[in-house]
Amino acid sequence: MAALDHVMDPEMPGVSIVALGMVHTVAVDRERVRITLLPPFVGCPALDVMRARAVSAVSQATGLEPDEIVVEYSAAVPWTSDRVAPSCHRALRSRGIAPPPRVTEEVMTEMPPVACPWCGSVDTEAEGVFGPTACRSIYYCRACRNPFEAMKPV
Amino acid sequence: MDADRYHLALTELLMQLADDDLVVATRAGEWLGLAPHLEEDVAFSSIAQDEMGHAATYFTLLATIHGGDRDDLAHLRPALARRNSVMLERPNGRGTYRDTPHFDWAYALARHFFYDTLEMARLDRLVQSAHRPLAEAAAKIRREERYHNQHHSMWLRDIARSGPDVGRRVELALDRAAADAVDLASAGPMAAEMETFGLLPDASHLTDDWRARVAQALDPLGWALPPLRGTLNGRHGEHTQDLTQLLQDLGEVYRSSPGASW
Repeated sequence: MAALDHVMDPEMPGVSIVALGMVHTVAVDRERVRITLLPPFVGCPALDVMRARAVSAVSQATGLEPDEIVVEYSAAVPWTSDRVAPSCHRALRSRGIAPPPRVTEEVMTEMPPVACPWCGSVDTEAEGVFGPTACRSIYYCRACRNPFEAMKPV
Repeated sequence: MDADRYHLALTELLMQLADDDLVVATRAGEWLGLAPHLEEDVAFSSIAQDEMGHAATYFTLLATIHGGDRDDLAHLRPALARRNSVMLERPNGRGTYRDTPHFDWAYALARHFFYDTLEMARLDRLVQSAHRPLAEAAAKIRREERYHNQHHSMWLRDIARSGPDVGRRVELALDRAAADAVDLASAGPMAAEMETFGLLPDASHLTDDWRARVAQALDPLGWALPPLRGTLNGRHGEHTQDLTQLLQDLGEVYRSSPGASW
Protein backbone atom coordinates (compact mmCIF):
# COMPACT_ATOMS: atom_id res chain seq x y z
CA MET A 1 0.00 0.00 0.00
CA ALA A 2 2.86 2.34 0.85
CA ALA A 3 4.35 1.63 -2.57
CA LEU A 4 1.07 2.57 -4.25
CA ASP A 5 1.26 5.96 -2.55
CA HIS A 6 3.97 6.77 -5.07
CA VAL A 7 1.86 5.88 -8.09
CA MET A 8 0.74 9.20 -9.52
CA ASP A 9 -2.11 9.94 -11.86
CA PRO A 10 -0.36 11.01 -15.10
CA GLU A 11 -3.06 13.62 -15.65
CA MET A 12 -2.67 15.05 -12.14
CA PRO A 13 1.01 14.88 -11.17
CA GLY A 14 1.51 14.65 -7.42
CA VAL A 15 -1.89 13.10 -6.82
CA SER A 16 -1.63 9.39 -6.12
CA ILE A 17 -4.05 6.60 -6.91
CA VAL A 18 -4.35 5.98 -3.16
CA ALA A 19 -5.34 9.59 -2.49
CA LEU A 20 -7.87 9.40 -5.32
CA GLY A 21 -9.49 6.41 -3.63
CA MET A 22 -8.83 4.13 -6.59
CA VAL A 23 -7.40 1.22 -4.59
CA HIS A 24 -10.19 -1.23 -3.81
CA THR A 25 -8.37 -4.31 -2.50
CA VAL A 26 -4.81 -5.59 -2.07
CA ALA A 27 -4.47 -9.32 -1.51
CA VAL A 28 -1.46 -11.58 -1.18
CA ASP A 29 -1.83 -15.25 -2.01
CA ARG A 30 1.34 -17.31 -1.74
CA GLU A 31 3.85 -15.35 -3.85
CA ARG A 32 1.41 -13.32 -5.84
CA VAL A 33 0.09 -9.83 -5.15
CA ARG A 34 -3.35 -9.05 -6.49
CA ILE A 35 -4.46 -5.41 -6.59
CA THR A 36 -7.92 -4.30 -7.61
CA LEU A 37 -8.34 -0.69 -8.73
CA LEU A 38 -11.54 1.23 -9.40
CA PRO A 39 -11.53 3.38 -12.55
CA PRO A 40 -12.70 6.96 -11.87
CA PHE A 41 -14.03 7.08 -15.44
CA VAL A 42 -14.51 3.96 -17.51
CA GLY A 43 -13.04 5.55 -20.63
CA CYS A 44 -10.13 7.24 -18.85
CA PRO A 45 -7.11 6.90 -21.17
CA ALA A 46 -4.68 6.97 -18.22
CA LEU A 47 -5.85 3.63 -16.80
CA ASP A 48 -3.19 1.54 -18.55
CA VAL A 49 -0.42 3.94 -17.51
CA MET A 50 -1.53 3.75 -13.88
CA ARG A 51 -1.72 -0.04 -14.03
CA ALA A 52 1.85 -0.25 -15.39
CA ARG A 53 3.08 2.22 -12.77
CA ALA A 54 1.43 0.24 -9.97
CA VAL A 55 3.10 -2.98 -11.13
CA SER A 56 6.50 -1.36 -11.31
CA ALA A 57 6.14 0.42 -7.92
CA VAL A 58 5.13 -2.78 -6.14
CA SER A 59 7.83 -4.73 -7.92
CA GLN A 60 10.47 -2.25 -6.75
CA ALA A 61 9.18 -2.19 -3.17
CA THR A 62 8.87 -5.95 -2.75
CA GLY A 63 11.44 -7.41 -5.13
CA LEU A 64 8.71 -9.48 -6.78
CA GLU A 65 8.84 -10.03 -10.52
CA PRO A 66 6.30 -7.97 -12.50
CA ASP A 67 4.48 -11.15 -13.54
CA GLU A 68 3.86 -11.94 -9.88
CA ILE A 69 1.87 -8.75 -9.52
CA VAL A 70 -1.64 -8.66 -10.91
CA VAL A 71 -3.33 -5.28 -11.19
CA GLU A 72 -6.94 -5.34 -12.35
CA TYR A 73 -9.71 -2.79 -12.79
CA SER A 74 -13.09 -3.66 -11.40
CA ALA A 75 -16.56 -2.15 -11.31
CA ALA A 76 -17.51 -4.24 -8.27
CA VAL A 77 -17.92 -0.97 -6.41
CA PRO A 78 -18.52 2.13 -8.53
CA TRP A 79 -15.84 4.74 -7.94
CA THR A 80 -17.32 7.99 -6.74
CA SER A 81 -15.61 11.31 -6.18
CA ASP A 82 -16.49 10.95 -2.47
CA ARG A 83 -13.61 8.45 -2.34
CA VAL A 84 -11.06 11.23 -2.89
CA ALA A 85 -9.22 11.58 0.44
CA PRO A 86 -9.66 14.94 2.24
CA SER A 87 -5.86 15.03 2.59
CA CYS A 88 -5.70 15.09 -1.20
CA HIS A 89 -7.82 18.24 -1.44
CA ARG A 90 -4.90 20.54 -0.69
CA ALA A 91 -2.72 18.85 -3.32
CA LEU A 92 -5.47 19.33 -5.88
CA ARG A 93 -5.94 23.01 -4.99
CA SER A 94 -2.22 23.68 -5.25
CA ARG A 95 -2.48 22.45 -8.87
CA GLY A 96 -5.36 24.77 -9.59
CA ILE A 97 -8.00 22.08 -9.35
CA ALA A 98 -10.97 22.50 -7.02
CA PRO A 99 -11.68 19.27 -5.12
CA PRO A 100 -15.05 17.59 -5.74
CA PRO A 101 -17.99 18.61 -3.55
CA ARG A 102 -19.78 15.78 -1.75
CA VAL A 103 -22.09 14.01 -4.16
CA THR A 104 -25.75 14.88 -3.77
CA GLU A 105 -28.62 14.93 -6.22
CA GLU A 106 -28.47 18.74 -6.23
CA VAL A 107 -24.73 18.92 -6.82
CA MET A 108 -24.94 16.61 -9.82
CA THR A 109 -27.78 18.44 -11.55
CA GLU A 110 -27.08 22.08 -10.74
CA MET A 111 -23.27 22.32 -10.79
CA PRO A 112 -23.32 24.90 -7.95
CA PRO A 113 -20.34 27.24 -7.35
CA VAL A 114 -17.23 25.65 -5.83
CA ALA A 115 -14.46 27.55 -4.03
CA CYS A 116 -11.78 28.92 -6.35
CA PRO A 117 -8.52 27.03 -5.77
CA TRP A 118 -6.54 30.25 -6.35
CA CYS A 119 -8.28 32.83 -4.13
CA GLY A 120 -10.84 30.80 -2.16
CA SER A 121 -13.82 32.89 -3.31
CA VAL A 122 -17.11 31.11 -3.96
CA ASP A 123 -18.17 33.80 -6.44
CA THR A 124 -17.61 31.30 -9.24
CA GLU A 125 -19.65 29.73 -12.01
CA ALA A 126 -19.52 26.55 -14.05
CA GLU A 127 -18.46 27.27 -17.63
CA GLY A 128 -18.70 23.73 -18.86
CA VAL A 129 -19.29 20.28 -17.49
CA PHE A 130 -16.45 18.90 -19.58
CA GLY A 131 -12.84 19.89 -19.11
CA PRO A 132 -9.39 18.75 -20.20
CA THR A 133 -9.90 15.26 -18.77
CA ALA A 134 -13.00 13.15 -18.24
CA CYS A 135 -12.99 13.77 -14.48
CA ARG A 136 -12.77 17.57 -14.56
CA SER A 137 -15.02 20.49 -15.50
CA ILE A 138 -14.24 24.14 -16.17
CA TYR A 139 -15.18 27.03 -13.86
CA TYR A 140 -14.58 30.76 -13.81
CA CYS A 141 -13.85 32.82 -10.71
CA ARG A 142 -15.45 36.28 -10.81
CA ALA A 143 -13.41 37.44 -7.80
CA CYS A 144 -9.88 36.86 -9.11
CA ARG A 145 -10.94 36.51 -12.75
CA ASN A 146 -9.19 33.26 -13.33
CA PRO A 147 -10.50 30.18 -15.00
CA PHE A 148 -9.95 26.99 -13.06
CA GLU A 149 -10.72 23.30 -13.17
CA ALA A 150 -12.84 21.36 -10.73
CA MET A 151 -13.11 17.63 -10.19
CA LYS A 152 -16.59 16.50 -11.15
CA PRO A 153 -18.84 15.12 -8.47
CA VAL A 154 -19.59 11.64 -9.76
CA MET B 1 -32.49 -25.46 -23.60
CA ASP B 2 -33.19 -22.61 -21.20
CA ALA B 3 -29.47 -22.20 -20.65
CA ASP B 4 -28.99 -21.81 -24.39
CA ARG B 5 -31.73 -19.18 -24.62
CA TYR B 6 -30.23 -17.34 -21.65
CA HIS B 7 -26.83 -17.33 -23.26
CA LEU B 8 -28.22 -16.14 -26.59
CA ALA B 9 -30.30 -13.37 -24.99
CA LEU B 10 -27.33 -12.14 -22.98
CA THR B 11 -25.12 -12.17 -26.09
CA GLU B 12 -27.72 -10.18 -28.06
CA LEU B 13 -28.09 -7.65 -25.26
CA LEU B 14 -24.34 -7.11 -24.86
CA MET B 15 -23.96 -6.74 -28.63
CA GLN B 16 -26.65 -4.06 -28.73
CA LEU B 17 -24.97 -2.15 -25.91
CA ALA B 18 -21.44 -2.52 -27.27
CA ASP B 19 -22.30 -1.80 -30.90
CA ASP B 20 -24.48 1.22 -30.04
CA ASP B 21 -21.69 2.82 -28.03
CA LEU B 22 -18.93 1.97 -30.50
CA VAL B 23 -20.81 3.53 -33.39
CA VAL B 24 -22.04 6.61 -31.53
CA ALA B 25 -18.50 7.21 -30.18
CA THR B 26 -17.06 6.99 -33.68
CA ARG B 27 -19.54 9.46 -35.14
CA ALA B 28 -19.05 11.82 -32.20
CA GLY B 29 -15.27 11.55 -32.57
CA GLU B 30 -15.53 12.73 -36.17
CA TRP B 31 -16.59 16.12 -34.82
CA LEU B 32 -13.18 16.70 -33.27
CA GLY B 33 -12.04 20.17 -34.30
CA LEU B 34 -15.37 20.90 -36.00
CA ALA B 35 -17.80 21.59 -33.15
CA PRO B 36 -19.38 25.08 -33.04
CA HIS B 37 -16.92 26.47 -30.48
CA LEU B 38 -13.83 25.44 -28.55
CA GLU B 39 -15.56 24.49 -25.29
CA GLU B 40 -18.01 22.38 -27.21
CA ASP B 41 -15.16 20.69 -29.01
CA VAL B 42 -13.72 19.72 -25.62
CA ALA B 43 -17.10 18.60 -24.34
CA PHE B 44 -18.09 16.61 -27.39
CA SER B 45 -14.78 14.79 -27.60
CA SER B 46 -15.02 14.01 -23.87
CA ILE B 47 -18.42 12.51 -24.53
CA ALA B 48 -17.01 10.50 -27.45
CA GLN B 49 -14.20 9.27 -25.21
CA ASP B 50 -16.65 8.25 -22.48
CA GLU B 51 -18.79 6.35 -24.98
CA MET B 52 -15.76 4.55 -26.40
CA GLY B 53 -14.81 3.55 -22.85
CA HIS B 54 -18.32 2.24 -22.27
CA ALA B 55 -18.12 0.30 -25.54
CA ALA B 56 -14.81 -1.25 -24.40
CA THR B 57 -16.46 -2.30 -21.13
CA TYR B 58 -19.37 -3.95 -22.93
CA PHE B 59 -17.04 -5.66 -25.43
CA THR B 60 -15.02 -7.05 -22.50
CA LEU B 61 -18.20 -8.50 -21.01
CA LEU B 62 -19.23 -9.79 -24.43
CA ALA B 63 -15.87 -11.52 -24.90
CA THR B 64 -16.34 -13.49 -21.66
CA ILE B 65 -19.82 -14.63 -22.71
CA HIS B 66 -19.42 -15.05 -26.45
CA GLY B 67 -15.76 -16.00 -26.51
CA GLY B 68 -13.06 -14.32 -28.54
CA ASP B 69 -11.04 -11.18 -28.11
CA ARG B 70 -12.77 -7.90 -27.33
CA ASP B 71 -10.86 -5.94 -29.98
CA ASP B 72 -11.66 -8.57 -32.62
CA LEU B 73 -15.32 -8.36 -31.62
CA ALA B 74 -15.19 -4.58 -32.01
CA HIS B 75 -13.29 -4.42 -35.28
CA LEU B 76 -13.67 -7.61 -37.26
CA ARG B 77 -17.39 -8.45 -37.16
CA PRO B 78 -19.11 -7.66 -40.47
CA ALA B 79 -21.95 -5.14 -40.64
CA LEU B 80 -24.63 -7.84 -40.77
CA ALA B 81 -23.45 -9.15 -37.39
CA ARG B 82 -23.89 -5.72 -35.78
CA ARG B 83 -26.80 -4.87 -33.52
CA ASN B 84 -26.60 -1.07 -33.25
CA SER B 85 -29.55 1.15 -34.11
CA VAL B 86 -29.49 2.42 -37.71
CA MET B 87 -29.91 6.02 -36.48
CA LEU B 88 -26.46 5.89 -34.88
CA GLU B 89 -24.56 4.82 -38.00
CA ARG B 90 -25.76 7.68 -40.20
CA PRO B 91 -23.10 10.24 -41.16
CA ASN B 92 -22.94 13.60 -39.38
CA GLY B 93 -23.82 15.40 -42.58
CA ARG B 94 -22.43 15.82 -46.05
CA GLY B 95 -18.76 15.13 -46.68
CA THR B 96 -16.42 13.25 -44.35
CA TYR B 97 -14.21 14.46 -41.52
CA ARG B 98 -11.20 14.06 -43.79
CA ASP B 99 -12.63 15.83 -46.78
CA THR B 100 -14.85 18.95 -46.73
CA PRO B 101 -17.02 18.10 -43.74
CA HIS B 102 -20.31 19.99 -44.01
CA PHE B 103 -21.62 18.50 -40.80
CA ASP B 104 -24.99 19.32 -39.32
CA TRP B 105 -24.79 20.29 -35.66
CA ALA B 106 -28.55 20.33 -35.16
CA TYR B 107 -28.72 16.76 -36.40
CA ALA B 108 -25.84 15.68 -34.14
CA LEU B 109 -27.65 17.20 -31.16
CA ALA B 110 -30.99 15.63 -32.00
CA ARG B 111 -29.42 12.22 -32.45
CA HIS B 112 -27.45 12.43 -29.22
CA PHE B 113 -30.46 13.64 -27.31
CA PHE B 114 -32.48 10.63 -28.51
CA TYR B 115 -29.64 8.25 -27.75
CA ASP B 116 -28.72 9.66 -24.34
CA THR B 117 -32.35 9.44 -23.33
CA LEU B 118 -32.41 5.80 -24.39
CA GLU B 119 -29.19 5.11 -22.51
CA MET B 120 -30.64 6.45 -19.26
CA ALA B 121 -33.84 4.41 -19.70
CA ARG B 122 -31.77 1.31 -20.44
CA LEU B 123 -29.23 1.87 -17.64
CA ASP B 124 -32.00 2.42 -15.09
CA ARG B 125 -33.01 -1.16 -15.92
CA LEU B 126 -29.54 -2.65 -16.30
CA VAL B 127 -28.46 -1.71 -12.78
CA GLN B 128 -30.97 -4.42 -11.72
CA SER B 129 -29.75 -6.94 -14.30
CA ALA B 130 -29.53 -10.58 -13.26
CA HIS B 131 -26.12 -10.72 -14.95
CA ARG B 132 -24.14 -9.24 -12.10
CA PRO B 133 -21.07 -7.99 -14.01
CA LEU B 134 -23.43 -6.09 -16.31
CA ALA B 135 -25.34 -4.59 -13.37
CA GLU B 136 -22.05 -3.44 -11.82
CA ALA B 137 -20.82 -1.89 -15.07
CA ALA B 138 -24.18 -0.17 -15.55
CA ALA B 139 -24.04 1.39 -12.08
CA LYS B 140 -20.69 2.96 -12.93
CA ILE B 141 -21.63 4.02 -16.44
CA ARG B 142 -24.91 5.59 -15.32
CA ARG B 143 -23.03 8.03 -13.09
CA GLU B 144 -21.11 9.27 -16.14
CA GLU B 145 -24.08 9.34 -18.50
CA ARG B 146 -25.95 11.83 -16.34
CA TYR B 147 -23.52 14.48 -17.50
CA HIS B 148 -24.09 13.68 -21.17
CA ASN B 149 -27.79 13.97 -20.65
CA GLN B 150 -27.46 17.30 -18.89
CA HIS B 151 -25.19 18.60 -21.60
CA HIS B 152 -27.57 17.90 -24.46
CA SER B 153 -30.60 19.07 -22.48
CA MET B 154 -28.79 22.34 -21.84
CA TRP B 155 -28.14 22.76 -25.55
CA LEU B 156 -31.77 22.13 -26.42
CA ARG B 157 -32.92 24.57 -23.74
CA ASP B 158 -30.60 27.30 -25.01
CA ILE B 159 -31.54 26.71 -28.63
CA ALA B 160 -35.23 26.80 -27.80
CA ARG B 161 -34.76 30.41 -26.69
CA SER B 162 -32.95 31.40 -29.87
CA GLY B 163 -35.87 32.29 -32.09
CA PRO B 164 -38.05 30.64 -34.74
CA ASP B 165 -35.36 30.05 -37.39
CA VAL B 166 -33.21 28.02 -35.06
CA GLY B 167 -36.25 26.25 -33.66
CA ARG B 168 -37.26 25.24 -37.16
CA ARG B 169 -33.83 23.72 -37.81
CA VAL B 170 -34.06 21.68 -34.63
CA GLU B 171 -37.49 20.45 -35.68
CA LEU B 172 -36.06 19.30 -39.02
CA ALA B 173 -33.13 17.67 -37.25
CA LEU B 174 -35.39 15.79 -34.82
CA ASP B 175 -37.38 14.62 -37.82
CA ARG B 176 -34.28 13.42 -39.67
CA ALA B 177 -33.06 11.53 -36.62
CA ALA B 178 -36.50 9.99 -36.15
CA ALA B 179 -36.43 8.83 -39.76
CA ASP B 180 -33.98 6.05 -38.78
CA ALA B 181 -35.02 5.55 -35.18
CA VAL B 182 -37.72 2.88 -35.43
CA ASP B 183 -35.31 0.32 -33.95
CA LEU B 184 -33.64 2.65 -31.41
CA ALA B 185 -35.61 1.96 -28.26
CA SER B 186 -36.21 -1.67 -29.16
CA ALA B 187 -34.39 -4.50 -27.42
CA GLY B 188 -34.65 -6.61 -30.54
CA PRO B 189 -36.00 -10.08 -31.32
CA MET B 190 -35.05 -11.52 -27.92
CA ALA B 191 -36.58 -8.76 -25.80
CA ALA B 192 -39.04 -11.18 -24.18
CA GLU B 193 -36.24 -13.53 -23.09
CA MET B 194 -34.17 -10.59 -21.81
CA GLU B 195 -37.10 -9.69 -19.59
CA THR B 196 -37.94 -13.24 -18.49
CA PHE B 197 -34.35 -13.96 -17.49
CA GLY B 198 -34.05 -10.60 -15.76
CA LEU B 199 -31.16 -9.53 -18.00
CA LEU B 200 -32.94 -6.34 -19.05
CA PRO B 201 -35.75 -5.95 -16.54
CA ASP B 202 -39.00 -4.53 -17.89
CA ALA B 203 -37.68 -4.71 -21.46
CA SER B 204 -41.26 -4.66 -22.78
CA HIS B 205 -41.79 -1.08 -21.59
CA LEU B 206 -38.45 0.27 -22.81
CA THR B 207 -39.94 1.94 -25.89
CA ASP B 208 -42.81 3.54 -23.96
CA ASP B 209 -40.45 4.68 -21.24
CA TRP B 210 -38.12 6.25 -23.80
CA ARG B 211 -41.01 8.01 -25.55
CA ALA B 212 -42.25 9.38 -22.24
CA ARG B 213 -38.81 10.70 -21.32
CA VAL B 214 -38.33 12.31 -24.73
CA ALA B 215 -41.76 13.94 -24.53
CA GLN B 216 -41.06 15.19 -21.02
CA ALA B 217 -37.92 16.95 -22.24
CA LEU B 218 -39.34 18.30 -25.52
CA ASP B 219 -42.84 19.40 -24.43
CA PRO B 220 -41.76 22.41 -22.35
CA LEU B 221 -39.59 23.58 -25.26
CA GLY B 222 -42.48 23.45 -27.71
CA TRP B 223 -41.27 20.45 -29.69
CA ALA B 224 -42.75 17.01 -30.16
CA LEU B 225 -41.33 13.60 -30.98
CA PRO B 226 -41.80 13.13 -34.74
CA PRO B 227 -43.14 9.77 -35.97
CA LEU B 228 -40.42 7.11 -35.85
CA ARG B 229 -39.67 5.61 -39.24
CA GLY B 230 -37.20 3.30 -40.91
CA THR B 231 -37.32 0.19 -43.06
CA LEU B 232 -34.17 -1.38 -41.61
CA ASN B 233 -33.87 -2.80 -38.11
CA GLY B 234 -30.34 -2.73 -36.71
CA ARG B 235 -31.32 -5.03 -33.83
CA HIS B 236 -31.90 -7.69 -36.51
CA GLY B 237 -28.54 -7.00 -38.18
CA GLU B 238 -30.01 -4.85 -40.97
CA HIS B 239 -27.81 -1.88 -41.79
CA THR B 240 -26.96 0.74 -44.37
CA GLN B 241 -23.83 1.15 -46.46
CA ASP B 242 -22.93 3.93 -44.01
CA LEU B 243 -22.12 1.35 -41.33
CA THR B 244 -19.98 -0.70 -43.72
CA GLN B 245 -17.98 2.44 -44.50
CA LEU B 246 -17.69 3.42 -40.84
CA LEU B 247 -16.39 -0.03 -39.85
CA GLN B 248 -13.96 0.00 -42.72
CA ASP B 249 -12.51 3.36 -41.63
CA LEU B 250 -12.51 2.55 -37.92
CA GLY B 251 -10.87 -0.86 -38.27
CA GLU B 252 -8.40 0.01 -41.02
CA VAL B 253 -5.37 0.27 -38.75
CA TYR B 254 -6.43 -2.67 -36.59
CA ARG B 255 -6.83 -4.97 -39.58
CA SER B 256 -3.42 -3.95 -40.93
CA SER B 257 -1.86 -5.95 -38.10
CA PRO B 258 -4.39 -7.89 -35.97
CA GLY B 259 -3.13 -8.70 -32.51
CA ALA B 260 -0.50 -5.97 -32.51
CA SER B 261 -0.07 -4.11 -29.26
CA TRP B 262 -0.45 -0.35 -29.72
